[in-house]
Parts: sequence; structure tokens; C-alpha cells
Amino acid sequence: MSVYLLRRLIQALGVVLAMSVIVFIGVFAIGDPVEILISPDADQMERERAIAALGLDLPLWQQYAIFLGKAVQGDLGRSFVFNEPALQLILQRMPATLELAFAATFGAILIGLPLGLYAGLKPNSVGSKAIMAGSILGFSLPTFWVGLMLIMVFAVQLGWLPSTGRGETVEILGTRWSFLTADGLSHLLMPALNLALFKISLVIRLTRAGVRETMLMDYVKFARAKGLSPFRVTFVHVFKNILIPVVTVTGLEFGSTIAFSVVTESIFAWPGMGKLIIDSINVLDRPVIVAYLMIVVMMFITINLVVDLMYSVLDPRVRLESK
Amino acid sequence: MAEPSPHSAPPTLEVRNLQTHFFTRAGVVRAVDDVSFTIGRGKVLGLVGESGSGKTVTGFSIMGLVDPPGRIVGGSILFQGRDLAKLSEEEMRHLRGNRIAMIFQDPMMTLNPVLRIDTQMIETVQAHEKVSEEEARGRARDALGMVGIPSPDERLKSYPHQFSGGMRQRVAIAIALLHRPDLIVADEPTTALDVTIQGQILAEVQKLCATTGTAMLWITHDLSVVAGLADDIAVMYAGRVVEFGDVGEVLDAPLHPYTHGLIGSVPSRNKRGEPLRQIPGMTPSLLKLPEGCSFRARCPRAQEDCLVMPALHDWLPGRLARCHHPHLDEVATA
Repeated sequence: MSVYLLRRLIQALGVVLAMSVIVFIGVFAIGDPVEILISPDADQMERERAIAALGLDLPLWQQYAIFLGKAVQGDLGRSFVFNEPALQLILQRMPATLELAFAATFGAILIGLPLGLYAGLKPNSVGSKAIMAGSILGFSLPTFWVGLMLIMVFAVQLGWLPSTGRGETVEILGTRWSFLTADGLSHLLMPALNLALFKISLVIRLTRAGVRETMLMDYVKFARAKGLSPFRVTFVHVFKNILIPVVTVTGLEFGSTIAFSVVTESIFAWPGMGKLIIDSINVLDRPVIVAYLMIVVMMFITINLVVDLMYSVLDPRVRLESK
Repeated sequence: MAEPSPHSAPPTLEVRNLQTHFFTRAGVVRAVDDVSFTIGRGKVLGLVGESGSGKTVTGFSIMGLVDPPGRIVGGSILFQGRDLAKLSEEEMRHLRGNRIAMIFQDPMMTLNPVLRIDTQMIETVQAHEKVSEEEARGRARDALGMVGIPSPDERLKSYPHQFSGGMRQRVAIAIALLHRPDLIVADEPTTALDVTIQGQILAEVQKLCATTGTAMLWITHDLSVVAGLADDIAVMYAGRVVEFGDVGEVLDAPLHPYTHGLIGSVPSRNKRGEPLRQIPGMTPSLLKLPEGCSFRARCPRAQEDCLVMPALHDWLPGRLARCHHPHLDEVATA
């Protein structure tokens, strides 16, 4: 087990290193932040002093070497705009994004699993057909449009829900959370639903396909031949088998949920990392962009590892020999 | 041994003119179309036939496990005098795994891969009897010991993939035996196993049937298994029973030309060096069975009157055959 973990960590290190090179070169290619950061009426002397201060006068490889040297010590650079450590800036915004992503993921499972189960068990009923048609909409409607429509209907027309911000928050362990107050919850509901829509459809389709496939298995027929109640056959014999793909995919999707919360956060003015990265790209705040991308890479690697570990809990066949 | 029935108790299972059809888009598939046989208490009936002859569907019909678009459309399945075809799903569920158990063909597929053996056995006990988990576990352990699984206590905590195919089938048999059923439907349970394991399991099953008085429907296409295990034999062809009788008598002198051909096709019965004998042609599609006797097109004895479907007729005491021109001559000489 520990050998396995060590091997995974070494692999992860390689991925992070490769990613840092790609990100660094990529960000360098986007554009020159000097044009945006330094006021046009600054004279030549001031210009050069500012460029040197930001370290932008050095050749690319040297800039990378300095970045890497500092990154190993946990310093991912200072934001050009806020003049604050980029890492700190991102970590401040992270709880908001995580809260949104968790709410969306749990919502997707809470709504998607039962609907998918129903659609799988009664594939020919009208309800199932409606669910499947709805899931196509969930897949194909663009997130930003759905977000705007939600605001139009529930915030503007009906006035039931607030359209922007996090609302009232409660501070726990040094970070602020919305889901603990009624006001915060009402602020969270629409963005979470917006972000969850794609995932709900995904979970519905995965669950339905899994149920349909598993129901045909001999072991399900054998379970029925043992005289088990339909409830036990469905919720123990079938359910435990379909959880494997559902957990894998929602787990992997969690990374993209965080990465793609950019759109939802922008529409609902949710003060998370996604909003920060969009603002940073607009002003070419290189250290923040690089730091954000590095954090996202790390997050994906961690999620993959956690999913693999959960997989081995659910599926005894891939369980790592611990004895 | 043609059912002397010394006492008037009904046989464990009596299937009468059973019809199970599948209503598909392509048409009605008559998978089982007029199947009749009886199994006495503690007896083993071998149900033989080619793939697609309706053996397995017959087994599932008895278990009440025919899935849509399939449906039992006619006939009766009398289990200790009760017609299973008329029971509600809930009543049927209380019989399944309790009084009637089933063993499936592929042991690699019958156990749920993500549940431990103890879970799968204890739930079977508790589905039919209100007993504590401890007691159920004890019953499970005893059943595993009975089918010859070493150190059953330890094995209960294993997952199916930690067993070999033969061991898994033993586990499946142990599950079937948990409630000492009156009838076991065994659907080719040894087909997927190698010969030595097959022999062990057959001997085990024979012993259990003899000691517990359990009747058994043994579905197979292996005539040698039937010869060694069964008391009676029912031969199926295209959804119908074409011959029924004592296993020794039928195998020695079959009445129906199909049984005749089937026995003739067993390689060990052919002389070395001669080309192996076979039945010409193929089984007809169940979607559009030919008029009259469905074996007519492949039958060397077919005549014009075979255009009318023959009934299952008792040509000799305890010997039934669905044929206008049975091999009666050979019975006389045998």
C-alpha cells in the first residue's frame, strides 16, 4: 500500500513539473502585461525600473528557474495587481468555490441517482422518457444561458431568490461559509443548481445505463431466485455495483466542476477562484494565473488518487492486498 | 422405476402443457410450447435438449423468473399440488430460495462480485426466516461445510473472486440448500466446470438428494451426466417435450427419432475411424415453426401424416413419445 502511494506521488511530481513548464510558456505567449500594468505616460526610466522590479527583463528560462526555485519553497509569486502573494490570494477565494462545487456535486448525486435509478428500473414508462429527454437538455444547454435564465425567472420575475453574492456567512475555522445561514443558502441555491445541471444529467445517464446493464446480470437473477425482496435486490445487489462508475465519474468531474465554475461564478458574482482567474486573465496578472493553474493541476491529481482509493473500497476485486 | 407411487401424495412437481411465449417485435417466440413432466419426491429428472430448445426457459418458468417480454401463457406447474403459475409475485417470492431453489449455469456470474459470501448467504436465510444474524451465519457455515468447502468460517469472509469456478458453484449449491428445499432446479450447473470437479459435484448432489429427499430438475445437454445422475429423462425439441420415461429405458431404446439421433451423436457411441454421426439440418427458428411435427424436416422416418402435430402418447407403460412413427421395433429387441 505504501509502495503504491509512493509510486503515485512520484508520478504526481512528474506531472506537476511538466505542467509547470507548459503553463509558464503558455502564459508567456498570451501577451505582455507591461502594456496593461504600467501607465502609458510613464517615462522610459520608470518603465525599465518597473519591468526589472517585476523580473520581466530576464530571459524566459531564467524567469522559470526563479519561479521554480521559489515554488519549491511554497511561494508561487506575487500578484502584479494586488501586490500580495498569489497563493494567498487564491486560497482566500478557495472556500467559496469549494462550497459551490461541493453543493453542486452533492446536488447532482442527490437528484441524479434516484432519477437514474427510476429511469433504469422502468425504462418504458412516461416518467423515464421525460427524465431522459430532460437530461439531454441538461447536457446541451450552455451553462451561461441557463444561469441567465435562472436569474431572469427566479430573481427578476418571481423575486424568490437573490441573484448575486454569497449572502450572510458564518465564520468557522477562519473561513466564511454561506450554507449555514438561511440567507446564504438562498444565495447558494441558484449558482449550485446552475453548476450541477450538467452533472445531474451525467449521473442520470450513468445510473440508468448501469442499472439496465446490471439488471440483466446472472447475479441479479440469482438474487431474485433466492427469494430476496425487490427492495433488497435493487438497493443492495444492483446499487452497490452501479456506484462504482458513478463514484469514479462524479469524482473526476469534481475537478472540472471547480475548474469550470468560472462561468457560474462570473454570472452570479460568486466571489470564488473562478472570478479571480477571469479578472487576472483580463489584466494579464501572470503569477496569479500560473498559481491558479498549478493549484488546479494539484487538485486533479489529488482527486484522481482519492477516486482510486475509493474505488478499491467499493470494488473488492481491485482492493489492494494489505495482508 | 416408472413412478410406482406407493402413497397417494402428489409428486413434488407436475408440469402440465406448459407454454411460455416471448412477445418480441419480430413476432411471438414460442420458447416453451407444450411441456409436460413429473418429478417424484427425492427423484432427479434430467431435462435434455439442444441449445435453444427451451430447457432454461422451462426452468425459469417454474421459478417464476420469466422476464418480459416473456410470459407463461398456458398450462400449469403443480408444486406439491399448488399451481405456481397462478401465484402472485409475493407468494412466489416466499417459495423461491425457500421451497424451490435454483442453481445457475455459470458459477462465475451467479455470485454478486461486490458482496461477501456471508452477506449473500445470510440474506438468503433471513429472507425466509426470522433468525438472528448469528444463527444465520451458523446455518451458512454448515451449508458450506456440507458441500465440501474447507475452513468455511474463513471462507465466509471472502469475496467471490477469491474462489475458483468449482468452489463458486459449491457456494451456489450451498445457498440453494440453505432452506432444505423440496425442489432444486439446476440449469446446467456443471457445464462450465472441468470433468473432475463435475464428477465431485455430481456425487455431492446425488448424496444430498438422497439424504434430504429433495427432488431435482437437472437441465443439461450432456447425456452422460443424465445417465449417471437422473432417474427419469425428458427430451425437449423446439419448445416441446418429445420423449419422457425412465432414464435407463430411454437411453437403451429411445422411441423418438430425435432422441435416437441425439444418442447416436455421442462420440463414444460411434466406432473409431468412422465419421461421427450427426442429425442433419438445424433446429427450426422458434419464430416460425413448421406445421406439424417440428422435427419433421430432419427426421429419417418422416411421412405425410407428420404434417399433423403428434400428441405426447404413452406407447409403452411409463414411456411417452411425441411421434407418429416411434422406434417400437428396437424396444422389442432390446
